[in-house]
Amino acid sequence: MTSNPHHIVVNNLTRAFDGRKVLDGVSFKVRRGETLVILGGSGCGKSTLLRHIIGSLKPDAGLIQLMGKEITKMPDYEFSEIRKKFGMLFQGSALLNSITVGENVALPLQEHTNLSPDIIDIMVKMKTSMVGLTGFEHLMPSQISGGMKKRVALARAIAMDPEILFCDEPTAGLDPVMTAVVDVLIKDLCKKLGMTAVVVTHDMASVYRIADQIVMLHKGKVVFEGTPDQIRASTDPIVKQFIHGDADGPISFKQSGEDYLKSILGDEKTA
Amino acid sequence: MLLLGEALAILTVGTLRRKGPSAKHVVREMHMIGVASLGIVCLVVFFVGLVIAMQTSYELLKMGTEMYVGRVVGLTVLRELGPLIATIVLGGRCGAAIAAEIGTMKVNEEVEALRIMGIDPVRFLVAPRILAFTTMAPVLAVIADFVGVFGGFLVAVYSLNLTPSQYLDTMINGLVVKDFLSGIFKSAVFGLLVGSIACHFGYQTEGGAEAVGRSTTLSVVTSIIAIIVADAVMTGLFVYIL
Repeated sequence: MTSNPHHIVVNNLTRAFDGRKVLDGVSFKVRRGETLVILGGSGCGKSTLLRHIIGSLKPDAGLIQLMGKEITKMPDYEFSEIRKKFGMLFQGSALLNSITVGENVALPLQEHTNLSPDIIDIMVKMKTSMVGLTGFEHLMPSQISGGMKKRVALARAIAMDPEILFCDEPTAGLDPVMTAVVDVLIKDLCKKLGMTAVVVTHDMASVYRIADQIVMLHKGKVVFEGTPDQIRASTDPIVKQFIHGDADGPISFKQSGEDYLKSILGDEKTA
Repeated sequence: MLLLGEALAILTVGTLRRKGPSAKHVVREMHMIGVASLGIVCLVVFFVGLVIAMQTSYELLKMGTEMYVGRVVGLTVLRELGPLIATIVLGGRCGAAIAAEIGTMKVNEEVEALRIMGIDPVRFLVAPRILAFTTMAPVLAVIADFVGVFGGFLVAVYSLNLTPSQYLDTMINGLVVKDFLSGIFKSAVFGLLVGSIACHFGYQTEGGAEAVGRSTTLSVVTSIIAIIVADAVMTGLFVYIL
């Protein structure tokens, strides 16, 4: 397994909801220790892709390998062992609101290990200091700001020293400074702990800060795969429009699934 | 139903395989449920005891049999109203709270987060609560029995001028162990119902704050109906068959 340089392999992943293809033959590979950013506009299928990789959705076709193991047909009890080796930072932080910040970080350790409470306490302090939040362990999640919640969620995600870190829009809803802080933290932690990371985002500033590799999705297909330098130099009109944030271009703001004429004239008249 | 099955499987098979809910969580929930409803259960059942004693003494006085008021209060409270009122209050107080809590967690994607962290939400959230309800309901019912009997005692002593021993003697002579045990058994079943219903409606919450409110209301209404229907069925069993 260690001889395999690819920590995550996604091959020809396809998934349709109600006949509409959300993921259409998506393939990419992530090397161990690398940070991959999945980029794309709203509704391009990037969150759906992430949900498939973390096993909460099953694909119609295609394969996903995490740490050398094929997971799409893996039974639940076997997958739960894989789950312990990855951490996930959720878009809305998803901290448990009924317990304190420290207990949130301690939760994976309490549930998955037999460590004594003293050791867990020390580990919680280590993890919270890694995200720069020493001394906040006793507060409830409702008493801290959105940016702090993100960092607590990050501390929880790395509590088990995972091999892979998944982040779903880690900087959504944060101010520019906090965005930079969270980005730098993710990058630093990945380097220090040797984690492979997959980050879903649509924020180009974040992309340049953290990405080693970029996969850009558009309408469920991979339209770009390469490094930040390559994406800057790309001449693809879809990629160019996205990274420059232009309103005009091949990416349409209309989300209608139907043909325009058909939708205003009705089916019979166009037939 | 599926959720209840899963939770029961975790509570039985899971505990045997050391994968059951953590004792710490169960104790914490038992503490929350018991302490949260104890005061209000006592208050309500105390007045129920008073009312039963006053209502029956009105009729018993006409027949000159007011010395039997203890027996009437004892039978009604122990067999029926102690467990019934205690668990209805439990459903309204804690069932609603649990449905709202789990519903909010569902809406905030906390439940999804637990699952992705590899923590089974049924084992972590649902099983300890159902177990806590099932064990705390009989405890509350026993306390309710005493408080209800005490309510009746006050009426007997201060309104009907019976001596304390007259009240208690007729009560104890008129009761058999089965009266007490059937009430306790019923309360455990009611507790199981309230806990499962609250967790079920909490767990199936989808949407936003409005959905949480709906789940909470549904949980309380369904709990009360389920308790009373189950009461009728079990009372039928105890009276006619067992």
